[in-house]
Amino acid sequence: MLSFLLRRVGSLIFVVWGVGFATFFISQVVPTDPAAAALGNNARPAQIAAYREKRGLDKPAWQQYLLYMQSLAKGDLGKSLRTQRPILNDLKDFFPATFELTLGAMLFALLFGVPAGILAAVKQDRPVDLGVRTLALIGGATPVYWLAILALLLFHSKLGWLPGPGRLDAFLLAPQRVTGILTLDALLARDWEVLYDALRHLLLPAAVLGAFSTALVARMVRSAMLEVLSQDFVRTAKAKGLPEGKVVLKHALRNAALPVLTVLGSLLGGLLTGAVLTETIFSWPGLGSYATASATALDFPAVMGVTLVAGLAYSLINLLVDVLYAVFDPRIAYS
Amino acid sequence: MSATTPMTTSPRIKNKALRRFLRNPGTVLGSILTILLVAVALLAPVIAGDPLLQNLAERLKPPSAQHLLGTDQLGRDVWARVVHGSRISLRIGLTVTGIALVLGGLLGLLAGMLGGLVDEIAMRITDIFFAFPALILAMAIAGALGPSLVNLMIAVAAVSWPYYARLIRAQVLSLKSLDFVDASRALGASRWRQALRHVLPNAITPLLVQASFDVGGAILTAAGLGFIGFGAQPPTPEWGAVVSETRSFIIEAPWASSAPAVAILLTVLAFNLLGDGLRDVLDPRGRRRG
Repeated sequence: MLSFLLRRVGSLIFVVWGVGFATFFISQVVPTDPAAAALGNNARPAQIAAYREKRGLDKPAWQQYLLYMQSLAKGDLGKSLRTQRPILNDLKDFFPATFELTLGAMLFALLFGVPAGILAAVKQDRPVDLGVRTLALIGGATPVYWLAILALLLFHSKLGWLPGPGRLDAFLLAPQRVTGILTLDALLARDWEVLYDALRHLLLPAAVLGAFSTALVARMVRSAMLEVLSQDFVRTAKAKGLPEGKVVLKHALRNAALPVLTVLGSLLGGLLTGAVLTETIFSWPGLGSYATASATALDFPAVMGVTLVAGLAYSLINLLVDVLYAVFDPRIAYS
Repeated sequence: MSATTPMTTSPRIKNKALRRFLRNPGTVLGSILTILLVAVALLAPVIAGDPLLQNLAERLKPPSAQHLLGTDQLGRDVWARVVHGSRISLRIGLTVTGIALVLGGLLGLLAGMLGGLVDEIAMRITDIFFAFPALILAMAIAGALGPSLVNLMIAVAAVSWPYYARLIRAQVLSLKSLDFVDASRALGASRWRQALRHVLPNAITPLLVQASFDVGGAILTAAGLGFIGFGAQPPTPEWGAVVSETRSFIIEAPWASSAPAVAILLTVLAFNLLGDGLRDVLDPRGRRRG
């Protein structure tokens, strides 16, 4: 297990390095001059040259890369060309919002996807199954931004049940920042009014972002359950006269949970992608909004920072999934 | 998977496969939708007018006999924009999947056949691309090269190919040690002859299933990039871009942004259903799990 862990951590470091290197490579083939982009149309050539020198943009690519790696080793991601702030500070500001949104979406997906998948498997080929499968198909094909627009239109504009874009109502004071995760900070500050409002703001974007994953989870759980339900030990359990519900939830679900666990990693990758679009519509101040603004402004140091963090998060989750897999399934021995 | 045994092409089996394909209502729906989509794309100039023609006197008009899906904020015919958009989306889906299939397929074939260091390097590269947040990578590429349709396709292809590399490598590894490949080796076939003549044709089935899903996936991703402004630029009627430019009029003219969005939904749905059906027919192991 230890050597497995060491190998996995080694490959994690390699992958994160590769993600950074690839982004750096892209930034080098940009036909547009980032200095000119940062200074705007009215900048004089001398200003641009001075800016390039100050930022090391005049050096050859390999020197720029070495400098970048040097500062990276010190935990310095550089300065954003757009916000003029250290990128690490920017990421610290924007990451918690995305984390909260993604976690909310994941919870939503599990809360609805797992029961739907179980129900569909138990009632295979019945109307319920057909309904779940149809919904899952539609959920997997709907553009998330359109769903977001429709959801806002219905629940905010027409019915007025839920608040519009943003994380908090304008007249409420955000609690003191501890984690940056608004709901958690409100909880820590015991500010129930803010907590309630933050949860109400979170509900719609999380549900919209989670819709695609819900479809995926439902499909996965259904097929994993069908596989398990046809096995001998389930038939034995039924033959012993155990009630159906007990067999499904105790015997079958436990064994179907493992294959579902493996997709959680790739699910997160999909959620990060969806977050870019969802955040745009809900004016959610997260990494997705930050990445979009940075890429539009050709702010490559910032884009690089986002991809590094996202790559790291993705790799860590997958590592966690692998370890959990080994813990839960004693048949798997990592050597 | 079916590909672990050499393909049988007797007419009886083929008919059975066809029957299985047609028995599934989802597959039939997917096929019909796909055929319709292709027909609409091919016939676009015949069945719809100019997608760029503006008429400010006719702006935000609801659907009527003259404008089947109404008009947008510049008085353009929404039907014409959606119909012409199908050409763009279909081209994106097919081109991107084609590039990804060839690029990933070749790398996977190389990795699987050669093994050793080549395999190790190729798989670590795919690891890196899997860890990349797809849309952000595509945004970075589209941002770097400048927003345009071609660059959009390059960007989406860049995030799609690793799946094929993994898929075909796994296929090659399981096929490589089978008797019929061994036999060809014993008969003196070169490594390339083994790969192209014996391994590749049998590894292609799951690749085709994946490709069918990916045409839809590529269209969805490309439309997402178009929506946030990294794809085709106005006034090109790319579906994602059209949803974006009409979204502020959703209350006065819901048809203007809903029509292209529904078009995306139906297109992606069509290719997903088709993929499901192909898997049912071609991949007996996947069938049981539905």
